[in-house]
Amino acid sequence: MTTVPVTTTNAPPAPRRQLRLTPVALIWPAMLYLIVTTQVPFFMTVYYSFFRYNLVDPSSRPFVGLENYRNLLSDPQNLRILINTVVLAGGTLLITLVIGAVLATLLNRDFFGRALLRTLLISSFLVMPVVTAVVWKNMLLSPTSGLLAWLAQSVGGTPVDWLGQYPMLSVILMIAWEWTPFAALILLTGLQSLPEDQMEAARLDGASPMQEFRHIVLPHWTQAIQVVVLMETIALLQVYGEIYGSTSGGPGIATTNLPYFIYQKAFAEYNIGLASAAGVLTVIFTNVLAVYLLRLIGRTATRNREG
Amino acid sequence: MTTTSTSPAVRARRGFHTRRWLLTLLTYLITAVFLFPLAWMILAAFKTEAQAFATPPVVLFTPTLDNFHRAWGAYLPALTNSLVAALGSTLLAFVLGLPAAFALAVYPTRRAQGVLTWMLSTKFMPAVGVIVPLFLLFRNLHLLDTLPGLILMYTTMNLPLVVWMMHSYLTEIPAAIYEAAKVDGASVGQEFFRIALPLSMPGISATALLALIFAWNEVFFALNLTSSAAAPLSVFIGQFKTSQGLFWAQLSAAATLTVLPVLVFGWIAQRQLIRGLSFGAVK
Repeated sequence: MTTVPVTTTNAPPAPRRQLRLTPVALIWPAMLYLIVTTQVPFFMTVYYSFFRYNLVDPSSRPFVGLENYRNLLSDPQNLRILINTVVLAGGTLLITLVIGAVLATLLNRDFFGRALLRTLLISSFLVMPVVTAVVWKNMLLSPTSGLLAWLAQSVGGTPVDWLGQYPMLSVILMIAWEWTPFAALILLTGLQSLPEDQMEAARLDGASPMQEFRHIVLPHWTQAIQVVVLMETIALLQVYGEIYGSTSGGPGIATTNLPYFIYQKAFAEYNIGLASAAGVLTVIFTNVLAVYLLRLIGRTATRNREG
Repeated sequence: MTTTSTSPAVRARRGFHTRRWLLTLLTYLITAVFLFPLAWMILAAFKTEAQAFATPPVVLFTPTLDNFHRAWGAYLPALTNSLVAALGSTLLAFVLGLPAAFALAVYPTRRAQGVLTWMLSTKFMPAVGVIVPLFLLFRNLHLLDTLPGLILMYTTMNLPLVVWMMHSYLTEIPAAIYEAAKVDGASVGQEFFRIALPLSMPGISATALLALIFAWNEVFFALNLTSSAAAPLSVFIGQFKTSQGLFWAQLSAAATLTVLPVLVFGWIAQRQLIRGLSFGAVK
């Protein structure tokens, strides 16, 4: 309060010279906050990635140039981490899109209880990822007393150690359980804006359901599908809580994705240099993908506006 | 004569009805499958440990509140931390984000779209790309394992969402209203407090709800930047798994308490949530 600059008063009182709130001044606090908490740490990550830096021995921190990157890229095990990341995100995305599309189509009809089902459907998306992980791990997938094991036994089969034998599939199904409602509800809003008269016209012209889907529904649906793909891709590349709570990246490195790998390097091995290099590569990878997807969306948006 | 000629149509209609009915049944079935894990967890919260662990699974039992009683003592500090972190970060995100959204919506310059896109792009920054320096910075600033530290990071996470969502809501206010105010000599601040704020209240509550849910459910920053004193519910639940012995029923009770408020609010605001989750792309 005391530091407010006092305007000189010898001139005739100019039209109210107090500190005026300009629109630009309203934008800067948010911008600055984001710069300080995202861009600055990222450049520090880039900086650390050029050093051999372990918190076990923080006093020695030699500059090693690209050594961390070389180590990361030359270890064939790490290729597996990248593949895991892509398989996990891609697999989950595919499942959520397919089941989500089916659900959206089913919910786009008039039937008793429709509003209630739509409301309840979002539930699994709202569950804390760590809760999802521990519930699935202990109560559904556990080979000794999980529900699926009991189901298998009661039909005469042998219980499957889901997280041990099919770790990636299990994790994908678990995360797909969380994200399918998201896909379904976004796709549903896309369906609800379908031009009814066009559908009617196509039906009168004798279009088959398949033709109707390809030529009317799909083009109209594209934007909703793209939103799902973009949002899910960004989120699924960063999956962490589900893995932490269920498999801890294992068995071995079977379900270790990039975020979990970096977490292990930084907070279990204290290898700051290597973790930073992996962080930089993850950011580059994610951004290339996101920019590509955004371009794609931009192109369809313009096409829709023109057509 | 007429009856025989209409009977195929009637039969066709009846087939159509059966198909409709089957599709509805299928819809109910799929939704039930999606709700089942949750229902199973909530059910387990009211069982004894032996019942929760039993094979074949126990379906009929006398519900007990024992698990809630036993879990409550350890649960309460984590609950408080989660509440403070979620509410504090949402408030801060609004203090910073709402004025920015207002300026971008009401006084759009050529650069407005660029600013918005840039803000969204900070969401493309995986947390792992910033966690290492943040951890070291927090250590030096004594922010590790503190609620202010957690609030700072949750604000970063939610700020782009607040700006985007509120921008989407504020652009819906007709420009004529602002023009009328300007003619009456209203300042930028008056436009904000007298027009934008009251007229965008529904948008504010929907956006705030979404920000609260995201902060509530967050686990990466929570795990890496807190340990005990400031540990929120996500850390509490995550570490529950490492305890020994029978703990499912108690874990289910804690998890139920954690999930239920989010579910209830989410059900109420479901439509608005979808708009928010797509950053306003789907309305």
